[in-house]
Amino acid sequence: MIAYILRRLGMILLTMLLASVIIFSVTQLLPGDVAHVILGQFATPQAVENLREELGLNRPIIVQYWDWLTSFIRGDWGISMVSRLEVRPMIMERLRNSLMLASVSLLFYVPLGILLGVIAALNEDRLADQAISGISMAFAGLPEFVTGLILIGILAISLDILPANSSIEPQTSFKEAFPFLILPAITVSLTSLGYIARMTRSSTIDVLRADYTRAADMKGLPRWQVLTKHVLRNSLLPTVTVVAMGIGWLIGGLIVTEAVFGYPGVGRLLIYGIQRRDLILIQAISMLIVAVYSFSNLAADILYGILNPRIRLGG
Amino acid sequence: MQNILTARQIPASRISRTIKRLRRYPATLIGFTLVGIFILMAIIGPWITPYGFSDQDLSNRLQPASAEHWFGTDQFGRDIFSRVLAGSRDVFTIAGSGTLLAVLMGLTLGMVSGYLGGAADEILMRFMDVLLSIPPLLLAMIILGTVGPSRLNIVLVVGFLYIPMVARVVRSVVLDIKTREFIEAAKMRGENSGYILFREILPNVLPPLAVEASMRFSYSIFLVASLGFLGLGVQPPSPDWGMMVSEARTWYNQAPWVLLYPAGTIALLVVGVAFTSDGLRRMLLPGGVSG
Repeated sequence: MIAYILRRLGMILLTMLLASVIIFSVTQLLPGDVAHVILGQFATPQAVENLREELGLNRPIIVQYWDWLTSFIRGDWGISMVSRLEVRPMIMERLRNSLMLASVSLLFYVPLGILLGVIAALNEDRLADQAISGISMAFAGLPEFVTGLILIGILAISLDILPANSSIEPQTSFKEAFPFLILPAITVSLTSLGYIARMTRSSTIDVLRADYTRAADMKGLPRWQVLTKHVLRNSLLPTVTVVAMGIGWLIGGLIVTEAVFGYPGVGRLLIYGIQRRDLILIQAISMLIVAVYSFSNLAADILYGILNPRIRLGG
Repeated sequence: MQNILTARQIPASRISRTIKRLRRYPATLIGFTLVGIFILMAIIGPWITPYGFSDQDLSNRLQPASAEHWFGTDQFGRDIFSRVLAGSRDVFTIAGSGTLLAVLMGLTLGMVSGYLGGAADEILMRFMDVLLSIPPLLLAMIILGTVGPSRLNIVLVVGFLYIPMVARVVRSVVLDIKTREFIEAAKMRGENSGYILFREILPNVLPPLAVEASMRFSYSIFLVASLGFLGLGVQPPSPDWGMMVSEARTWYNQAPWVLLYPAGTIALLVVGVAFTSDGLRRMLLPGGVSG
């Protein structure tokens, strides 16, 4: 197990290193000079040249990359090109908010998705299954900005029971922020809910057809006991992987949802960075998201290994 | 039995069985119908559109739906129906070309990777893993944010992002097919790699590829619409659906229809494509219906 974890960790670090190359090169595609972007179009050539020297832009690109990467790992994420403030505290504050929203969403959609998936599997091809499968497929396909705005229209504007706008102060405590988290969390959840339900459904159907389930049935065990002791134990294992694979989707969903609700998370900061062409901010946020994504995948792998003693790891 | 037939020899009765099975899934029929209507609208749009998509009529701002303006008018008095109709062309061409690009590249890389195996396979798949380690929307945003969201750039980004997913599906099918007897037989007959790849393996890759392509198409629409909403879609004056929704938020209290019609259209199309994709899976991959 330890060897497996170390091997996976090595793979992830290698992947992240290559991802950092992609992120760095993509952001270097920015047309025009960073110094020009900072100083505006009316800057004198001398001012641009001075700033280029100051920012180290006259060095070879490889040196710039290496310097950027090592600084990032050391925790020096640079200074925003727009606000001239350190980007790390700014991002960390927003990261807390995004994690808050992500946790509330996960706590909502994972159990509900599993429940719906199991109900659908138990009623395979009957009305309940068709309804759950159809509706969850429809929601899985709806972009967050569509569901989010429809939810705002119904729950916030027409019924007026929840706030339409979640642009709270970035430092708001969880308790105070909670009412503002409900609508965004539902929005994020609706996309992933259908995915979890679908996957749970298919793995549960597989297990229901397995020999050991039939054996347990024929032994005369009560239905619920067969379900909890034999079926769910096995059918929920793949769900761990499914939840982890959905994290990439969740991150995309958070970015769009934060934009819809004006919620002060990492996603909204990224959009702000892109609008202002704040290269330093974009690079730091991208690296952070890739790191969070990679490590949540690692965590899911490990969890899967712990939950399922049958699989041979490593080797 | 499958492995002594080549995939081209599909029993005729399977088609009639498929149609029978299809009738049991109303969602699939709804999907096919919706997508059919959208394709028709995108094609004949310019001939039936009542107004130009950027024609302004400032005396008729924010009007609700009427006989003259089926979906009402927006903040500049532009006809929302005409704009939605014009936007559907962009959606189909951009998401469609992006998907096509991803499918062609993914098919090539997946076939090569799966067929060659060894170091080439290892390197290609590691590279795919790296691409997959960056969430698609994030990568799309930083690329389009730096190079600018022109039509071509959006197509390239969508195509590029979905290569790994397609390549993985194709590769896994190739790995499976490669070990079958009919491939061995072809090798023993002395067929060259080109023949084996195109005449023996490719036909077996096509059904799962079609299903994957339809799924990628629905994700592409999702992605393109989301990018539009974030301001990284096709730029004005082109009527991008996502951007129409985003701009309409300002007038929601006065004129909710400015937002609801384009949002509803996106919803209908995405749902239609998702149901179609599910239906294709049922028809083309009868063995693996669940999943």
